[in-house]
Amino acid sequence: MSELQKTCPQTREQVVNMYFMEHRAKLLDVAAFLDRLDRAQPTSDAVDFRETALKQAVRILIDGQPHRTRRILDMLSDESTELPQSAHGMKGASGAVKLPAGAVT
Amino acid sequence: MKYIDPHVHMVSRTTDDYQRMALAGCIAITEPAFWAGFDRSSAQGFADYFRQLTEYEPRRAALFGIKHFSWLCINPKEADDPGFAREVVSLIPEFLKCKTVLGIGEIGLNKNTKNELIILEEQIALAESHNQLVLVHTPHLEDKRKGTRVIMDALSASHIDAGRILIDHVEEHTVAEVLDRGFWAGMTLYPDTKMTPQRATDMIEMYGSERIWMNSAGDWGCSDPLAVPKARLEMSRRGHTMSLIDKVTLENPKTFLSQSPNFKIDE
Repeated sequence: MSELQKTCPQTREQVVNMYFMEHRAKLLDVAAFLDRLDRAQPTSDAVDFRETALKQAVRILIDGQPHRTRRILDMLSDESTELPQSAHGMKGASGAVKLPAGAVT
Repeated sequence: MKYIDPHVHMVSRTTDDYQRMALAGCIAITEPAFWAGFDRSSAQGFADYFRQLTEYEPRRAALFGIKHFSWLCINPKEADDPGFAREVVSLIPEFLKCKTVLGIGEIGLNKNTKNELIILEEQIALAESHNQLVLVHTPHLEDKRKGTRVIMDALSASHIDAGRILIDHVEEHTVAEVLDRGFWAGMTLYPDTKMTPQRATDMIEMYGSERIWMNSAGDWGCSDPLAVPKARLEMSRRGHTMSLIDKVTLENPKTFLSQSPNFKIDE
């Protein structure tokens, strides 16, 4: 039994009653975003790393394992340990990690 | 209903936000020094900002019965130039004499650079030498987990008791390590880049209510100065007791902040 079971004070039925409509709408937003990507004109053959990351995250959503939020955040995290000297010339955070060419995704 | 918003940037908010927060039950706020949305061109710009935090905002908050406290520092986004950052840091000790200043913050890392880390370490030393509480900013997106670990290592290398340090903007992948190392943890209720009241409530359920608080981090971005009362409502809707709700939105902030002799509120 997961150590997290029963930490929510509500029953499963209550959780569904309270949150289903909200998350139905959020799921449809994700679906519409992916549809929008399909309809958009590509500027190159390469797939944007953020699109790849989002699709990986979707797999975590439905894998049936606990800690989905933490695992998605871990999957989107920078695994490196080195520190650059300066932020000069660096772009803003993108929310996902661009893996080196050839890395398995 | 009473609550404290322990991290909100009121310099970026209008006066009617103070009014709305007071109507929602806010009795005190603490405001960390942060990035204004643009890089300031001189240390004098920071001196003016520190005056705004220590003189002007407490008066504006008092119009609505809210106690205003502040934290001072150079934020990590403007700390990548060590020479400039040291000029700003040299201004801080004089402002620490103000009766509404609680400590050094929000210090931390932005892009996880060596330059930022140097200034973080120097500001940790400043807090240590002046016996100040510390409020820590962590990076927001893919760099959060890495940055949080580097920051915690820098803090652990100091002699500051972990119980006098709050690490803010925790999420599901950083909260356990922050709490396990003895620090306090802040959950920031901020659309897009941080978390919702629903997720914050989930985290209370999963990780407990010890050494943890919630804040809005309301600022010049898309943010909500009423995020804390909305989280209280979320916890209530879910069936949590009023004592638990008060603990994470009122009592825990009081416990941590009262470690500063300058934190005094009338209830």
